Amino acid sequence: MSAVGDAFARARDEDRAALVVYLPAGFPDLDTSRACLEAAAEAGADVLEVGFPFSDPMMDGPIIQAASQQALDHGYGVADDLAMCRGLTATTDVPALVMTYVTIPDTRGYARFADEATAAGLAGAILPDLPAGESEPWVREARRAGLDTVFLASSVSTDERLEAIADISTGFVYAVGLMGVTGVKDVASDDSRTLVGRIRQRTSTPVAVGLGVKTRQQAAEVAGFADGVIVGSAVVQAAGDGDRGGAAHRVAELVRELRAGVAS
Amino acid sequence: MSADAPDRPGYFGRFGGQFVPEALSGAITQLEEAWRDAQADPTFELELDRLRTQYGGRPTPLYLAERLSEAAGVETHLKREDLAHTGSHKLNNVVGQALLTQRMGKPRVIAETGAGQHGVATATAAALFGLECVVYMGAEDCRRQRLNVVRMQLLGAEVVPVESGTRTLKDAINEAMRDWVTNVDSTHYLIGSAMGPHPFPLIVRELQKVISVESKAQFAAQVGGLPDAVIACVGGGSNAIGSFAEFIDEPEVQLIGVEAAGEGIGTGRTAATITEGREAVLHGARSIALVDEDGQVKHAHSISAGLDYPGVGPEHAMLADSGRGRYVAATDREAIEGFRRLSELEGIIPALEPSHAIGWLLAHGRDALDADARVVLTVSGRGDKDVDEVVKVMTELGIAGDLGTDVVAADARPAGDADPRERAP
Ligand SMILES: Cc1ncc(COP(=O)(O)O)c(C=O)c1O
Repeated sequence: MSAVGDAFARARDEDRAALVVYLPAGFPDLDTSRACLEAAAEAGADVLEVGFPFSDPMMDGPIIQAASQQALDHGYGVADDLAMCRGLTATTDVPALVMTYVTIPDTRGYARFADEATAAGLAGAILPDLPAGESEPWVREARRAGLDTVFLASSVSTDERLEAIADISTGFVYAVGLMGVTGVKDVASDDSRTLVGRIRQRTSTPVAVGLGVKTRQQAAEVAGFADGVIVGSAVVQAAGDGDRGGAAHRVAELVRELRAGVAS
Repeated sequence: MSADAPDRPGYFGRFGGQFVPEALSGAITQLEEAWRDAQADPTFELELDRLRTQYGGRPTPLYLAERLSEAAGVETHLKREDLAHTGSHKLNNVVGQALLTQRMGKPRVIAETGAGQHGVATATAAALFGLECVVYMGAEDCRRQRLNVVRMQLLGAEVVPVESGTRTLKDAINEAMRDWVTNVDSTHYLIGSAMGPHPFPLIVRELQKVISVESKAQFAAQVGGLPDAVIACVGGGSNAIGSFAEFIDEPEVQLIGVEAAGEGIGTGRTAATITEGREAVLHGARSIALVDEDGQVKHAHSISAGLDYPGVGPEHAMLADSGRGRYVAATDREAIEGFRRLSELEGIIPALEPSHAIGWLLAHGRDALDADARVVLTVSGRGDKDVDEVVKVMTELGIAGDLGTDVVAADARPAGDADPRERAP
């Protein structure tokens, strides 16, 4: 099993959901983003998602848009983001995946990007605007390079589409139970629960719920029916909500709260 | 059959596809089905036809522009989309998609707009069909196309200025996509060009095809035979693909798309996507885009808000790739020249977008085309919206001459100051 699969298995052995934490590379700057990710790992995140900022983040709300823009304004490119990940994965055992828009790996070349991600110690990739129907060339390169491929499932996905998503997802399946962009609405538990059930009928790969989980209470609620809980915008907001020196500390505090939530 | 359907489902050659978040999969499938049903239903075409003629003012004329032809050295027939209702070709697409919106039972439409012409057309159709309408427009474009902002508001639409990114068309598209993914149950995203995920490029082409269906018949009747070339400006590519569609399978007809070269090819300040871009996924489709080697989308630049876009529809990428289409570019200055010359020579004030096609023809037509060539050039819209911006840019370039001076003098006069004519000499 992959490092990500192991992390979910360990959480299950402890009778709790896994906590997945998202933070963008380069926000508020490259070193601080690494410190924040390390702090999240130490504070109890089971899996890290490292966002590689993209100029046109179509699925992101204001918080992640602003953070991505700030990182890009620093002039950081994919090579810088990868270098930061190389440092991060050398110092923490918590598996990290890259999350970015498909334009980035596609333009760099799927084969090259997959090799670069593996060389940076990343365990997998999430490309939210790459649906299963367009994924074959990417999945082929990711498998060759040993990366997990996490795909998104939505409440509106047909059974046929869920089948395809379940088939090609490794590590976990990313279930989105609400309609919207990151960081705006609150998680819809009923819809998410139904979606998790539909995915579980089709695969034994763990299912994590993301989008709209911001608080310890919400994390606890989702942990009641999913294998993992993904938190993004709330952590990004904590990182940016004050001076840079305190960013890692603020992230750690929130992650400890969330971790208590998934374990309750 | 090249013009009929993408090769693989959703693809034109290797371009196109559906690179969208899973949450939009339902809406896109629903749209594909609504389009298929509409195609099979004769009442759809009848209703579309009725609206095009009785409401939209079609067919638009094909007009031999003799003085322009003389200046360009090439016999030029203008396809007058500027005379269609709302002042551009955009209504062709909008009326069709509004009918689809109705068939899908959705009460709300959203749109992106650059020059504001697509926003105005969408707001118009929304008024006509009783739909709620929200238009996303880059804050920079709201400034340079203010007239159209007011028109949309008068038509009952809400205009949302987009402050993110480059504050132009691409950011308006991002914001419209975010709205769509949030409100997809009630809302149709009425995309304004032949771009975006499948089936949009196909639907928009089919709805804009009326341009070349008409121009082909008009040319045959008024001139005889086929034109040697069809020329249109290319932003996302809707008026161009509509102008080309009926000629794609006529190999003797050259298809020439004119992109915006901004300050000039090689200056880094252009919107000439096909000339300067590379293969990339942008706004839901694989096509050609202005991206750096990481895939970050570069800032486009053009005097024309409607062409100021770092992407292009996938069918144009295929036509460029296969060599069937020829894609050239006109600079800001050439476009201004086209704008002025068509006004002076023919009494037609064109929008800045087709001014690129006219400017290119004036500057390069003699070299690029045979002396006896007969061309059809699409004037995709009228230029009222652009008058203030043209004066501003020409003043900055120091080439305004007397243009707009009376207005400037009156504005510059301090309030309360007496009219100088009333002063004693
Ligand atoms: C008059 C006019 N022509 C052309 C365009 C460019 O769009 P397209 O390339 O889709 O025709 C616009 C867009 O705003 C426009 O208003």
